[in-house]
Formats: sequence, C-alpha cells, structure tokens
Amino acid sequence: MWLNPSNPQLDRKGQLHHLLTLEGLPAEILWQILDTAKSFVGVKVKKVPLLRGRSVFNVFFEPSTRTRTTFEIAAKRLSADVINLNVAVSSQSKGESLLDTVDNLSAMHADMFVVRHGESGAPHFIARHVAPDIHVINAGDGRHSHPTQGLLDMYTIRHYKKDFSNLRVAIVGDVLHSRVARSQIHALTTLGCPEIRVIGPKTLLPAHVEQLGVQVYHDMRQGLKDVDVVTMLRLQNERMQGSLLPSAQEFYKYYGLTDDKLAVAKSDAIVLHPGPMNRGVEIDSSVADGKQSVILPQVTFGIAIRMAVMSIMAGNK
Amino acid sequence: MKIHIKGGRLIDPKSGVDAKRDVYIAAGRIVAIGEPPSGYTANRVIDAAGLVVCPGLVDLAARLREPGFEYMATLESEMEAAIAGGVTSLACPPDTDPPLDEPGLVEMLKFRAKNLNQARVYPVGALTQGLKGEHLTEMAELVDAGCVAFSQADAPFADSEVFYHALQYAATFGFPVWLRPQDPALARHGVAHDGQVATRFGLPGIPVCAETVALSAILILARATGARVHLARLSSAEGVEMVRQAKRQGLAITCDVAIHHAHLTEMDIGYFDSNSRLDPPLRSQRDRDALRAGLADGTVDALCSDHTPVDEDVKQLPFAEAEAGATGLELLLPLTLKWAEESKAPLLAALARITSEAARVLNIDAGHLTPGHAADICVFDAGRYWKVEPEALKSQGKNTPYIGLELKGRVRYTLVDGQVVYEAK
Amino acid sequence: MPGNPSPDAEQLLKALIEQMRPAVAPETGLIGIHTGGVWVAERLHQALKPAIPFAALDVSYYRDDYEARGLRRDVKRSEIPFEVEGRDLILVDDVLYTGRTIRAALNELFDYGRPASVRLATLVDRGGRQLPIAAQFVGARVDVEPSISIDLTRGVDGRLAFVLNRRAS
Repeated sequence: MWLNPSNPQLDRKGQLHHLLTLEGLPAEILWQILDTAKSFVGVKVKKVPLLRGRSVFNVFFEPSTRTRTTFEIAAKRLSADVINLNVAVSSQSKGESLLDTVDNLSAMHADMFVVRHGESGAPHFIARHVAPDIHVINAGDGRHSHPTQGLLDMYTIRHYKKDFSNLRVAIVGDVLHSRVARSQIHALTTLGCPEIRVIGPKTLLPAHVEQLGVQVYHDMRQGLKDVDVVTMLRLQNERMQGSLLPSAQEFYKYYGLTDDKLAVAKSDAIVLHPGPMNRGVEIDSSVADGKQSVILPQVTFGIAIRMAVMSIMAGNK
Repeated sequence: MKIHIKGGRLIDPKSGVDAKRDVYIAAGRIVAIGEPPSGYTANRVIDAAGLVVCPGLVDLAARLREPGFEYMATLESEMEAAIAGGVTSLACPPDTDPPLDEPGLVEMLKFRAKNLNQARVYPVGALTQGLKGEHLTEMAELVDAGCVAFSQADAPFADSEVFYHALQYAATFGFPVWLRPQDPALARHGVAHDGQVATRFGLPGIPVCAETVALSAILILARATGARVHLARLSSAEGVEMVRQAKRQGLAITCDVAIHHAHLTEMDIGYFDSNSRLDPPLRSQRDRDALRAGLADGTVDALCSDHTPVDEDVKQLPFAEAEAGATGLELLLPLTLKWAEESKAPLLAALARITSEAARVLNIDAGHLTPGHAADICVFDAGRYWKVEPEALKSQGKNTPYIGLELKGRVRYTLVDGQVVYEAK
Repeated sequence: MPGNPSPDAEQLLKALIEQMRPAVAPETGLIGIHTGGVWVAERLHQALKPAIPFAALDVSYYRDDYEARGLRRDVKRSEIPFEVEGRDLILVDDVLYTGRTIRAALNELFDYGRPASVRLATLVDRGGRQLPIAAQFVGARVDVEPSISIDLTRGVDGRLAFVLNRRAS
C-alpha cells in the first residue's frame, strides 16, 4: 500500500509552494531557481523592493549563525522584514510543543518561515500545519535535506562546468549523517548528471545508498579518479565518540582530501565544501585554499540562491 | 437470556465450518448450532441474514494504557474499542506504569476489567521487576493473580545471563514467555527500517539484523532451557524464515505479526507521517510479502492488533520524535479481511489467525463456537465500507496510518458470555 | 489581425533614430528595458554611437503585478555599465502602454543613483496610460483594441518586426 501520494511542496498549479527537499522536484523548477539566482549574482543595487511589506521568520530550532545570516541577508536584499527566532532557547525549553510554536508563529502573520531543525522531516511537519498562505523553506533538517545548500552547490557546479550532462561528481566522507549529500544527490540526478560517486567507510554510508543512483567507493583514490567535481562533507566531531570511527587522524589519512589525492581527479576538477570546514580532518588547508577550491564563491552564490527561492515562492499564489 | 442468531453465515475455523447455520444461546453458553434444542424459545432473535457469525476475536496485544497512561487512553475507552472491533478476549502487555510486576496490580486490572462486563482481559506479566531486566518477578504469584504469560514488552534484559535465567525459571513452571525479537543496541537509535526510505529521508535506521540477531539468541536459549516461547511482532523476511526453520526442526514456538505489518511497508511513511512510526518499523515490500507468506503457511500463528493508543501530544511531532504505535483494536477485523481478500486466502483460514489460532497461543478456551462453551461471538458485515476517522473510533487513540481511508468490514454485534455487549447503531 | 495591420518596426526605428539624433550626446546613457526595449536600444546605440555602452534593465523585481502574477520565469540580470549618478539618461522600450513598466524602471534606476535627467523613447505608443508618464521620442502612435497585444520580435537576421496577438483572457 502506498498511503500518501501528493507532493507537499507544490501547489495545485504545480508551482513551488514550500521548499522542503530537492527530491521529487521537477527539473524545470530547479532550472528556474538556478536561472533566477543568476540574475541576482553581481547585482549592484543594495536591495530590490520585491518582498517589501513581507515578513520572513527565521525559525531556528538548532543554532546556525552562518545559515541564518545568509537567509537574513537574502531576505533583506529583497526588502523583506526579517525576524530571527531562536526557538531552541525560547519556547521549546519551556515545554511548548512544536505544534503550539507553529500555531503561535502563524498567528504573527508571517509570510515565510525559514526553518532549521535537528530532526529529519520537521519542516514537512511544520508545512503540514501552517496556514495555507505561509511558505516554508527548509534550512536544514536532521540528516534529511538542505535544499538551498544543494541548489547553491548546483549553481557553483554549473558556473564552473556549464553543463551537468557529462560530469563525474564525487561526494566524500560522512554521507550517513549528511543532509548536504542527500540534497546534492537528488539535485544532480534530476539535472542529468550521469555519474555520482560516494566515497567513505561503510560505517558512514547509509544502507542501500546505491538505490539513490550513486556508485559506492571505499578507496578514495579509486573514487576520485577522473572526477570533475569533489564535494567534501563536514565530519562532526561527535562522530569520533561513538563506534563509527577510530580517530580523526585515521579518517584524515584515508578520506581527507589532500593535494596528492586530488591529483587523481581531472586537472580542472573543482572542490566544494558546505562549511564550516575541519581543516586537517576532512580537508587539507592547501586544498581548501588552493586554486581548485570554490568554497568561497559557494558562499556568494548561496545568497543569490536564497533570494531566488524566496522571490519565486513568495510570488506563487 | 436466550438469544437466537438467525440466518447468518457461520464461520468457525476450529471446526472448519463455513455454512449458513443458526446459533442458539442460553445462560451465557452456546446450546446448539444448526437446529434449536427442543423447547427452545428465544428472548431475542438477532437477524444475521447477510452477516458473518464467527467466534469473538482474540487479540494477542492490546495496550489498555492502565495503569499509568490514562492521559492517552483509559480502560473504559479501550474496552469499548475492543468490543466495537469484535474482540472478546485480549492479552495486554506489561508495559504499563508501574509495569504489571506485582500480583496486586494484575488483580486490580482484572477486577476493573471484569466489572466493565465487556471483553475478557488476559494480562501478560512482567518477566523482570519494573521491566528493568535485572530481577525476576514472582511469576507463580502473578499466575495466581491472573497472568497468562510473561514478557519484557519492548524493554531489554540487562544481560544475557538474566535472559537465560528468566527462561529457565519460567520453564520450571511451564509458564509461556513472550519475547519481542529486537536487539536493543542495534535498534537503539533507529526510528525506521534501515532501507531505502530511511536512507532517502535521513532517518536513523533499525536494520533487519536487529531482529535476526535477537531471534537467534531467543531460539538458542529456548532450545537450551525448554521454555515455551512466543515470538511477538515479527517484521522481516529473514525473521520469518528463521522461525520456519526452527519450527521445522521441532522447536515448540509460536509467533505473531501485527496487522499493520501484513499490509504496510516503509513506503507508507509517505512524507514523514508519524502515524506510520511503528515498532517494529514497517519494512520493505519483500519483508511484507514474506510475512504474508508466513501467515499463509502457518509459520506465523496469529495476527494481532498491537493496539497502541498514543495521544496527539506525543504523536503530532516530527517523525523521529513521535511515539511509536498505532491504534488497532477496531481495525483488526477489517485489516484481516483486507489481507484475506488481497492474498486470496479463504475467510475461514484468515479468521483462524485472529480467533482459534490466537486462542491456542494464549492457551485459553476461546476463539471457537462450540455447544457447551461460552458464547463469545462476533457478528459482522463483511461487505460494509466505513471511513476510518476520529469520530468513528471508540478508542481514545486516533493514531493510525489508515486515518481518512475507507476499509471494508464492520462489526454489527459482539457477544460476551451470551450477552450482547456491543451493537452497531 | 484583419483590419489591424502591424506597424513596420524597422520604419519606426528609422523615424525614432532621426528624432533622437539631436538629443543624444556622447555621454548620454541609453537604457533598454527587457526584452524588446533592449533590442531597440542596441539598434539605437549602433545608429547614434554614443561614447558609452548601452544598458539593459530587467524590471521584474520592481513590477507592481508581482503580488498578482508572481515572478517571471526568465528574469535577466540588469546590466548598467556606466555611472547613473548625474547622467542624462534615455529609457528605451518597444511599446508604451499603461506606463507601469516605466514606473518600475524609474524606481530601479534610482536605486543605482540620481540621474541628471531621464527621458523616454518608444517605438510605439498605444495610449491607454494609467500613470502620468509620457514619451519624449515616439516612433508612432497606434490605436489598437485593449484585447490585442503588440509584441516586438527579432528575426535571425536581427530585423525587428511587430506582431499583433489576441491576449489570453
């Protein structure tokens, strides 16, 4: 039996109403976001009046200054009013249920919620319960999805490689816990990338990951051979405490990106990292700061992507 | 009170009867089937034309939430739900608060249930004190108080030695032990089947090996101790195969499957629907098909509702934070009928899994229609569709993956001890 | 459309160039509005040869119908390759109608700076103004029913042509 059919992200016209995950979004919508973002990159004016009078609530159940700031900048450049709510501290600790929090925020006449939550699927839950005219953007939920990160990665790849149709992309490290990896995989397959590899030890790769349409490598040099794009995933320090890995040093030795490992990739391969980086754990400083690194442009493109997503969604009725 | 159930299609799996027969009841017992005893005059005639008359259902797992979880459901509400679902005998697991680990608690539960004059309640006692997995309970005393078996519910043993001793001790007296095959460490962080859906959704997974590792330990210890083991809530194809092999080798074990697992798969999590957060998790299509095959060939002895009413406060949450479980007492019959229809299983065989076979697992005199025995009877309309919605459910738990959907099969009358305890409006 | 012959865009362009010639100094900024206006501005720039490059403006982010119609699919980046502050500017569009596009363009321009002056050139003025806006340079005034839209097209040879379309209601 399959009980739940319809895609909760799209409205009746098939337009983007919420952005919760890149999985299942039509390629046309991804291209529209990437194209629109392009119009925002390098714009000289400080802000455009598109979302004047609208209010964007940054609702962060899990602290992340970085992501919150980029959404805030994006919303402000669109002239929206931005309200930052650190819900992790304010209401949840007082025992208020998530449902009550959502009801309360809805009553404050928000137009858009940007939600970060530690549990996979929390933005879906919130999207199901908000008033119908409120848009929800997932700013990262558990291990599930981080769609604007995935989109800015696609923007970056397209910027440097022009076309997805003959690319070989490798995603390296802690795929199991990574919402960035999942978002990238879904976006790349939707946009027509023919070869996606994931590289990591078995303890950090999810079950049946190959069913997502990727090839699995445990040997980094084999996995990086002739790739065009390398995405290094952040390895959280707490992964060392359990039984997944013996030590950061051993991980770095086998799965850290160094110049000599990068040398087996194509000579014009680019290196992405969603940040914040653990230098010397998953990536060597000389790579992070090297000429193949596009980590800083990623941040710039990230603001344009978030502006594009907000301006497309807020215009969809 | 003499009741004549007239004109119905009588299905009694134990005797193998599936035919149009009348049932005659007097003084709480079935006095005749087919022809009335001489001089019989009914006080009441129930017109069962077009309806199925079968033994009252026997449910091997229904949480009544008392004592301790009255905010989720009460004995009154759940006993109402039982008879509305045609269930006349039910076993309740010991994971109440406090757990059913003392005779006083068991006696109180039996007493309160008996006073409601509805379904018969068979408590499953805690195997260890407080379900902490450390010290054995006074099992013999608990049996005297009314326990029919012992279980850890979903709680782990402190270590294998306690597990071993618990089985040895229970085996000494021949008490049945009901065990959930799930390795606590392998399942510790998981909330969904460790398969493609958990991978896509980034949900921490419970691998199939959590079931099979535990299952192999149980089977080995059952052999070693001679304990009478019932396996509660199998979920995987590998698990079913291990039980099939063990039974083939002559090990006296029984097992059940929750009704949801005979239908749903990991795909039914949909978009993080916490109503589909169940324990054990919904697994793959292949696993579900294997559970169905096990039901068909008898490897799986019984279907149960695994009734777990959960209130909105702990269910209306992001998937991983939501409490596991689904309401089930009122869905046991329609979902069994649905399984029978989809598997092309004869109604007689399908109903056996929730009547005679379940009673055999419980080792009680129930689940059959036999003159001289108690008249616990379910009369239902097999063709009647109804919509699963909060108002349609007597249970306080409205949590089910089937909410909003239509199911076929609705109970019209439920009789316990020859009394009509439920009658559909 | 029978009875409504399309205006000849290339003819009108010639007329417009001649009108504008005296008004365009080397430092005058020509600013075309996407999409048709940019084509016209490009041709005006070729003919009038001011010293600075022409600009392209996409007013999507300033439109007043965003609430009702959402964001257009093919938004382009506005490119203004000169300083707006203190400059004489000429906005260029293909068809002047309600004036709302020009309002949006003016708002956008003023986010770049404070020009010395802004004038407006259009190939076709079809009347129907809803705002107090007038063009200083006009190829032709035409009279068409409100249900008809006048759309500028550009052929592979670069030639401009108008087509009349019935609006989707």
